[in-house]
Amino acid sequence: MAKTQTLPLQQETDIVLIRQQVRKAAESIRLGIISQTKIVTAASEIARNALIYGGGGECVLEETQRNGKPAVRLLIKDNGPGIADIERAMVDGYTSGNGLGLGLSGSRRLVDEFSIDSAAGRGTAIELWKWR
Amino acid sequence: MSSTAIAELLRNHEATLLDVWVAAQRNAGMRLDLMNESTIVTNSAELLRKLTTAAAQGMDDLDAAHWQPVKTLLEQFSFNQSRAGVSPSETATFVFSLKEPLFKLIQEHSAEPLVDIWATTQLLDKLGLYSIECFMSGRESVIREQQESMLELSTPVVELWDGILAIPLIGALDSNRTQIVMEALLEKIVETESDIAIIDITGVPTVDTMVAQHLIKTVTAAKLMGAQCIISGIRPQIAATIVHLGVELGDVITKASLADAFRVALKQQGTRFIAATSR
Repeated sequence: MAKTQTLPLQQETDIVLIRQQVRKAAESIRLGIISQTKIVTAASEIARNALIYGGGGECVLEETQRNGKPAVRLLIKDNGPGIADIERAMVDGYTSGNGLGLGLSGSRRLVDEFSIDSAAGRGTAIELWKWR
Repeated sequence: MSSTAIAELLRNHEATLLDVWVAAQRNAGMRLDLMNESTIVTNSAELLRKLTTAAAQGMDDLDAAHWQPVKTLLEQFSFNQSRAGVSPSETATFVFSLKEPLFKLIQEHSAEPLVDIWATTQLLDKLGLYSIECFMSGRESVIREQQESMLELSTPVVELWDGILAIPLIGALDSNRTQIVMEALLEKIVETESDIAIIDITGVPTVDTMVAQHLIKTVTAAKLMGAQCIISGIRPQIAATIVHLGVELGDVITKASLADAFRVALKQQGTRFIAATSR
């Protein structure tokens, strides 16, 4: 039942498309409306980060299973400058741009599993999971 | 046989070539419902004529000036096709279907058919690809127009009551549009001398930190002008998401529905309704 698709992430309108596809995937594994909204919002945050700070990349969206439960998995990658200090970036209110500084930390609270792979100079990959 | 010879061949057999080509297009499944037959014939005849003229001056470099008429014609044709909703392969078929009749002709008349067919196929491939490119840029311009018209579907700021404005936001609140909408609200506050503005987000599917930031900025700006904002239409799932994101809306009054927000606004103004007949 695994269903995977790769979505481009090069401009603002791609974020809208990613949100729509994530919502569709969340609906099709029958997540509740609150969980749906949470994963869509997290996807929107992380995708925007990848676009603004990482200069764009791509988003892999997968409908799969996790511990026997239907799940949505998202992997958002960019080839930007990477995050030098991940711990600091995950603190509420810290931002290197001019946002609210809640995108990363907030997204972590919105999903069931959150992992981040990044280092200065080699881009950022963030994995998000939400299951039923 | 050089390109001039191919041009000669094209010129000498123009009429038969045209007939066979149009028949080939029909066989290849050109959609006659989307394009009438006479248009196809006119287009084909014109392309053939221009192709002949251009080929006579050399077939190697399509960027050369003498190929411009051919390219302009293909541009026009592909653009119209994309507007008419024809598929890209059908558009390319227009050029590619010329191969069969033309190759046959070369085989019959050329001393070195292989060489000439190779030269011709390269040419037609380039022209075919060119028409697909034009088709795509036609599509893209359609998409761009649609995006722009979406932007223009700007949300109207409506006056609900003396001094009470409402702005029902609908759809994705991304960058440009949000900016325009928010500025419109601030202007309208000044224009109508309102002191309460209701921002209704019932129609906004996702409230992420950027949308929240836009809302907070607007509320703050309105406050600086002496107006108060009420955010309404916060559905349960949006409320839960905002809490988990950790966004603080500060001392902004928020309500679940527009009706609730309107009630609060009237109350703040001290406006009361009195039934005309006592119940």
